[in-house]
Amino acid sequence: MRPIKTCMIAATFALSAGAVLAQGIDDPTRAEYFEAFKGKTVAYVPVAMGFDLTEGWAAGLKEALEPLGVKFEIRDPNWSTDAGAQAITSLISEKPDVLVVHNPDVQSYARLLKKAEEAGIYVVQVNMRSSYSTDAFIGADYVGMGGQIAERLVEICSPANGGSGKIAVTQGVLTAAASAYQMKGIMDVLAEHPEIELVSNQAADWDATKARNIAATVIQQHPDLCAIAGFWDVMDVGTGAAIKESGKDVYLITQGGGNQSACDGLENGTYSEVVVYNVPGQARDMANMIKQMLQLKAEPGSMKTTLFTQLEFLTKDNMQPGSCWKMPSQQ
Amino acid sequence: MQGLGRLSQEQIVFGLALLLCAGFAVMLPGFLTTNNLLNLVRSVSILGILGVAMGLVVIGRGIDLSLVALMAISVAWTLQLVANGMSLPQAVALGLAFSLAVGMINGILIAYVEIPAIFATLAMGIAIYGFGRYFLFTLDVIYMPESAQALQWIGQGSLLGIPAPILAFIAVCAAATLFLRWTTYGRYLRAVGDNLPAARITGIPARPIIVLQYMISSLIGFAAGLVTAGSIASMNTRVANSTMVYDIILVVVLGGIGLSGGRGNVRNVVVGTLLIGVLLNGMTIMNIEYTLQNVIKGVILLTAIVIDTILNPRDEQTAQQGDI
Repeated sequence: MRPIKTCMIAATFALSAGAVLAQGIDDPTRAEYFEAFKGKTVAYVPVAMGFDLTEGWAAGLKEALEPLGVKFEIRDPNWSTDAGAQAITSLISEKPDVLVVHNPDVQSYARLLKKAEEAGIYVVQVNMRSSYSTDAFIGADYVGMGGQIAERLVEICSPANGGSGKIAVTQGVLTAAASAYQMKGIMDVLAEHPEIELVSNQAADWDATKARNIAATVIQQHPDLCAIAGFWDVMDVGTGAAIKESGKDVYLITQGGGNQSACDGLENGTYSEVVVYNVPGQARDMANMIKQMLQLKAEPGSMKTTLFTQLEFLTKDNMQPGSCWKMPSQQ
Repeated sequence: MQGLGRLSQEQIVFGLALLLCAGFAVMLPGFLTTNNLLNLVRSVSILGILGVAMGLVVIGRGIDLSLVALMAISVAWTLQLVANGMSLPQAVALGLAFSLAVGMINGILIAYVEIPAIFATLAMGIAIYGFGRYFLFTLDVIYMPESAQALQWIGQGSLLGIPAPILAFIAVCAAATLFLRWTTYGRYLRAVGDNLPAARITGIPARPIIVLQYMISSLIGFAAGLVTAGSIASMNTRVANSTMVYDIILVVVLGGIGLSGGRGNVRNVVVGTLLIGVLLNGMTIMNIEYTLQNVIKGVILLTAIVIDTILNPRDEQTAQQGDI
């Protein structure tokens, strides 16, 4: 009997061990990971919904966070700074876990963002930052970007390289971070290049019609204008239209989130060059940042992280089929 | 002052525009060239076209605050339809029909339901913008699709060296002048604007005329929208939230069309538009900072109104009820 019993016990052990291996072993961090996101809320206050940047960020955040059980809420102030401030104020009392804010200018939301952090809400700022730094900023390094753009302009327009040395700048809203910081970057570089003359520096309020009229007048007044730097591709369809209409060879360098419309614009010659901060990439950065915050559970406002987005300088020559991204509605 | 006393506001504004022109011509090389002057008029021609639409409504003693929202939404919808694969003429027809239908609803609300024009059109503008953004398309800037390229001529083309938007402006002005001067309905419109009860007693179909006036305004608005879309290869529906509609009213009032109705002509709109055009063009050439531009614009407009008030003081006859 004894040998049979031993054999049976041995067989049982062997079987159960084999069974464990066949079923796999559990990842010890998994439960904790998913637990960290259960019942959490992320609120998103863009400048407005309805254009490529804000729609792209929303889609990316939704895609990354909702499968984890995070509730994702959008408050759309539709270009009204007042409505945005109200949305943030009411969110402070509703206490979501994370607040994602896209600032219309550097001042308006500064105190509210501080209050939100004090109320225990993590605050993530995207692309246009406020003068108050919060837990995280994800977006383009506008000062550096302005510098790089100015250097491209110097390269293209310097009389040493056969250009006329005359350039123009079309800003967005003057007080927006994208305009104010970038202008500093541009002016710093131009200060070292007296051969480059900034003949026009105007604000078009992110509006294509205003951008068109400004460009038309500047080109008319300076027929030897070499290049225009515009601060947003959606606005610069107007600048591009004015250049086409004038029949002059003016280099248009613009910037944006790298939506398909930017590649279309390069393809049909509306833009000469587009500086791209990749929107899906920014959305992923934000989602990762939020995941980290919710797992680390640090005190809101105790850590300040800046993640500058890598820039890509797209032209018709280096552009590839996958260079730009599409929104669901464009597919 | 006695000699100046006979100058109308229109003449004062025209004089101011000429004065500015002369000043810029002396100070700014390149201002008084054919190209720049064409460019100047071209940049305000859309404002001018919308001014004519608003002017007609104001002459009929109304106001159309939904003008810009309706223009943006109906033309953006047209572009969206083309992008979705509809043929261009069909999409334009649908956009126009939508625009006219909304104009008619405006008119009915004002003429038959007797809601004051300022409230009816204010609410309609907000409703139309929301309706468009929610039901008709999701993005707030609609790009012109390849298949709608034919539309680009009206915004970017030119004939005999004159840019198409200027031609559109001239055409709209001419049509509106003919309408006001030579057609029965044009005269009815002015009569209704001047004195509604008297017009009704004499047998003029006052209510249908009011409906007509809002339909005309939405028709001209749609045309202005097509010119806008053509010239920047896209339609930005955000203009519905901008101060553009006030700029339009400003052009109308500045040119001398009284908000009390019955007075004024298309010529007034042209003069008001020119003053704004000269100002904007000169300041852009001088590369004046944006915020300072607003100050200068405001001061010059105030000056024009102050001069008018001094030369043409209000009395019981001119200060009609409804003059804002």
